[in-house]
Amino acid sequence: MKEYLQKYFILRKHNAQVAWKKAKNRKMCYLFLLPYFVLFTMFFVFPVVASIYYSFTYYNILERPRFIGLQNYISLILEDDIFLIGVKNTFMIAIITGPLGYIMSFLFAWLINELPRWVRSVAVIVFYAPSIAGNCYVIFSVFFRGDAYGYVNAFFMNTGIIDTPKLWLIDPHWMLPICMLVILWMSLGTGFLSFVAGLQGVDKSQFEAGYMDGVKNRWQELWYITLPNMKPMLMFGAVMSITQAFGVCDVTMALCGYPSTDYAARTIVTHLFDYGFSRFEMGYACAIATILFLMMILCNKAIQSLLRRVGT
Amino acid sequence: MSKKRKKELEEEKPYKKPLIKKRKPNRSIAGDIALYFFLFLVAFIMAFPIIYAVSSALKPLDELFKFPPRIFAQHPTTDNFSDLFVTMGKSWVTFSRYLFNTVFITFLGTAGHLIIASMGAFVLAKYEFPGNAIFFKIITVAMMFTGYVTQIPNYLILNKLGWIDTYWAIIIPAFASPMGLFLMKQFMEGLPTSLIEAAKIDGANEWKVFTGIVMPNVKPAWMTLIIFSVQALWNNKASMYIYSEERKTLVYALQQIQSGGIARTGQGAAVLVVVMIVPIIIFIFSESQILETMASSGLKD
Repeated sequence: MKEYLQKYFILRKHNAQVAWKKAKNRKMCYLFLLPYFVLFTMFFVFPVVASIYYSFTYYNILERPRFIGLQNYISLILEDDIFLIGVKNTFMIAIITGPLGYIMSFLFAWLINELPRWVRSVAVIVFYAPSIAGNCYVIFSVFFRGDAYGYVNAFFMNTGIIDTPKLWLIDPHWMLPICMLVILWMSLGTGFLSFVAGLQGVDKSQFEAGYMDGVKNRWQELWYITLPNMKPMLMFGAVMSITQAFGVCDVTMALCGYPSTDYAARTIVTHLFDYGFSRFEMGYACAIATILFLMMILCNKAIQSLLRRVGT
Repeated sequence: MSKKRKKELEEEKPYKKPLIKKRKPNRSIAGDIALYFFLFLVAFIMAFPIIYAVSSALKPLDELFKFPPRIFAQHPTTDNFSDLFVTMGKSWVTFSRYLFNTVFITFLGTAGHLIIASMGAFVLAKYEFPGNAIFFKIITVAMMFTGYVTQIPNYLILNKLGWIDTYWAIIIPAFASPMGLFLMKQFMEGLPTSLIEAAKIDGANEWKVFTGIVMPNVKPAWMTLIIFSVQALWNNKASMYIYSEERKTLVYALQQIQSGGIARTGQGAAVLVVVMIVPIIIFIFSESQILETMASSGLKD
């Protein structure tokens, strides 16, 4: 055992020496990377660590952070009903809009792939525009206005489906479905672009080989040829749509108000804003952020291991 | 030239592009028509809110409140836009100042991001050194969570640096956005290594290789980085980090007007258009370059 350990350490030492020598040879590389590395560490890595640290403290900016162990997490999960509403809503939104938006992105990218060139580029603009249109989603609050002059209400009342106007954005019953609708409208984002570009890059000769081997219809083409070729893009798109789905807050805040009726449209991020920037309970807010962070990373890892099996 | 020779030449033409493209074997006409119809329908649904937003910005006030509504304005005017400029002109901080703030933040943030991220991407893509793979892994992990997670510690850090309520609070963190470096690195990996090696043999150092050979060859990726960065910064309300009115961004000021209620409905509609038109127009002009970059965006294990 001892010998084994000794050997192990010698090996590690040797490896470290080799790495050090290599690093010395590549000083320029580190110089190139340095500015980005410093900023990235400062604004992306360090904040995550800091937020994990603060999540174990009581911190209100004015006083020094006071260590209180797991108290924040305990009160979040056991006492804070509104947080649980937020978690429920976030999961609902993520589970419905995440996969649906992802599938939509791929489906439309795939469908427009065979269109003539200029039609395709127009289609890309039309599909992608909602996700970069700033806060254009507030137009939906006009469509879903609560009185009889709201267009959706008017439409349903004229067709006789409902007889009194519905308070779409105030009634807790309707808030989430409408927000999901709006989020789906905006869900053809960066992942969609990646799919469009990836589909263009699939080697044409593979399709011809496929026809020889008896690929019969579009779906077989999709499953046996297109999807396996698209795996890296699928991964990238998944990362994008998960990140988006868990970070929902702009839409719910703009459409349903902040805070919304009965907190029915509260998401984890809205809760984070509430505690971080309205109540200045930074420790508590950091606990929320940490939970959100863990949820996102775990979900991403799970989806990635799932996607590795596509087309095999 | 004799007739015979002409005929021969014609026969020699190896391939004439057929007028109608040969159909792929697995496609039926009915299926194609159904698809076109479906796509057109969806495209209409997707575009409708945007079309509606644009047309309501062109409607005079009486048409805005008309019921039942019409999608297109009957008497299009630009009154809403001129009203908007009048309102902005009367505000305590002038319109030009807001515009300057946004342009300043967007320009500096984008330029810095482009330079710093592509420097990092260059060595990550083209050189092997200890720590390379791990650092890139960390960057891909960083793409997996939204900025909201780090917002509070970021605030504390910026506070410590004394950058709260300055432009730097928005500009400097924008330099380090992981997305740009990721796309740039993936794109640079597609450059042939022999190009760099040839330059090195000719005696160019890393900096020369970077500025003289790599950067001119990755122009599509530049454009993509610029567009993503401009989109993010142009739409940045910056209300968390900047308090002074004279340093607030244009989008923030415009959205203040928008929340002015019924009386500002027309101007609000104009604001929507002003805010969304910039990213969309930039995208339209750079679409092909963005798609070229995104082709290498895949995430390998």
